[in-house]
Amino acid sequence: MRAALAGCLVFACIAAGAAIAAGAAPRYVGLPGGEFRTALRYEDYKGKPARVAPFALMRTPVTNGQFLEFVRAHPEWRRDRVPQVFAEPRYLQHWAAPDALGADAKPDQPVTWVSWFAADAYCRSIDARLPTWIEWEYAAAADETHRDARKDPAWRERILAWYSRPSSQALPRAGLQAPNAYGVQDLHGLVWEWTDDFSSLLVAGDNRDQGDPDKKQFCGAGALSMDDRDNYAVLMRVAMLSSLEARDATTNLGFRCARSAP
Amino acid sequence: MKFLKYAAAAALLCGMAWQAHGANPTPVGAGPLPTDSVYRLALPLTDAQGKTSDWSQLRGKPRIVAMFYTSCPYMCPLIVESGKAVEHALPAADRAKVGVVLISLDPKHDNPAKLRAMAAERHVDPTQWTLATPKPDDVRKVAGVLGVRYRELADGNFNHTSALVLLDANGRIVARTEQVGSKPDPAFVEAVRKQL
Repeated sequence: MRAALAGCLVFACIAAGAAIAAGAAPRYVGLPGGEFRTALRYEDYKGKPARVAPFALMRTPVTNGQFLEFVRAHPEWRRDRVPQVFAEPRYLQHWAAPDALGADAKPDQPVTWVSWFAADAYCRSIDARLPTWIEWEYAAAADETHRDARKDPAWRERILAWYSRPSSQALPRAGLQAPNAYGVQDLHGLVWEWTDDFSSLLVAGDNRDQGDPDKKQFCGAGALSMDDRDNYAVLMRVAMLSSLEARDATTNLGFRCARSAP
Repeated sequence: MKFLKYAAAAALLCGMAWQAHGANPTPVGAGPLPTDSVYRLALPLTDAQGKTSDWSQLRGKPRIVAMFYTSCPYMCPLIVESGKAVEHALPAADRAKVGVVLISLDPKHDNPAKLRAMAAERHVDPTQWTLATPKPDDVRKVAGVLGVRYRELADGNFNHTSALVLLDANGRIVARTEQVGSKPDPAFVEAVRKQL
């Protein structure tokens, strides 16, 4: 009990610190962490729950407006200056100019068309980092009232409904959704999000040369499979993230930052 | 008119530069790095001798790059063998023109002594091979520019894609192969030959 309380205090402090830094609305919310059963199955930790350390996560994904500030302060990340090795040619292509948003990129919409390198640089520029996959999955398991809503068919239906919506529609603003049990918004139903370790998601289906030992793609055991095949929210995220290269950018892929507990 | 004069002078200079490099039009290891060069990533590497320098020092020669870790029981020895197999597929006179670089996924354990022990155990040519370790915070980034995916396993081993990546003298990726073992990938060997 005492340990749990101390944990709560720690994360309250992270959240409070972040609130002071960001002005009025706190930008981060503290999450207590603890044991968490991922929907992924790794051969090496056979169903054992993972341990998530206390951390803070941005309430909403980073917006165009916020990313523009970053690009102005760090012009090496302008789309006309960024080295191709860090961002593909479509990086920030929806902006009117390298340093201006325009009609197709509203300041309060989540930023998309960003590479992993750019997302990583943004978070580092504000003394943060990208969340790990397990942190993201842990935060995203909650609905408005439960920390783990993953077995709730109604919650699953809602997420599926989002995936069936065409992605050609304009993105809603960030922060419109009701906060989940931790106070985090927009984890489902707005954009896909980079994780720091997206390239650790080694899906067995990626391996086109299965069975041929000369062409074995992965070293050692540990390609992942799904423990919970009905969890589409996770299944689709993993399929998408595992198909990306770090310089890729897509029309609905954004990010948010995280901080470890001090 | 003035413009034409400059253009003529520029053309002349270009011609001279071209001649100086023989048939290879790529300026080797000179001028600003191309925008698609992996050496754009600032990456201090510590080698088997304990010397730390940015990997852009590798510029100037084509390099075959792979990621590995010294305690890797099965796949990494095969990656080393693949590097050797590509080397041996080249005429002896050409082997010095290409370097092999193995970058560790495991900075926690792979110190210079471990790198030296592995180089000795696998009998790699220390004049052609560089074994080196990045800072822990840089591993995901170098894997990102090389297109290598990996995950640290619960037992401290790593699950990783086993690609050999061919960089030209300026650090641009020109070929890759996932075929590992003592039989070199002929297309990859051909791509290496083209760089010499």
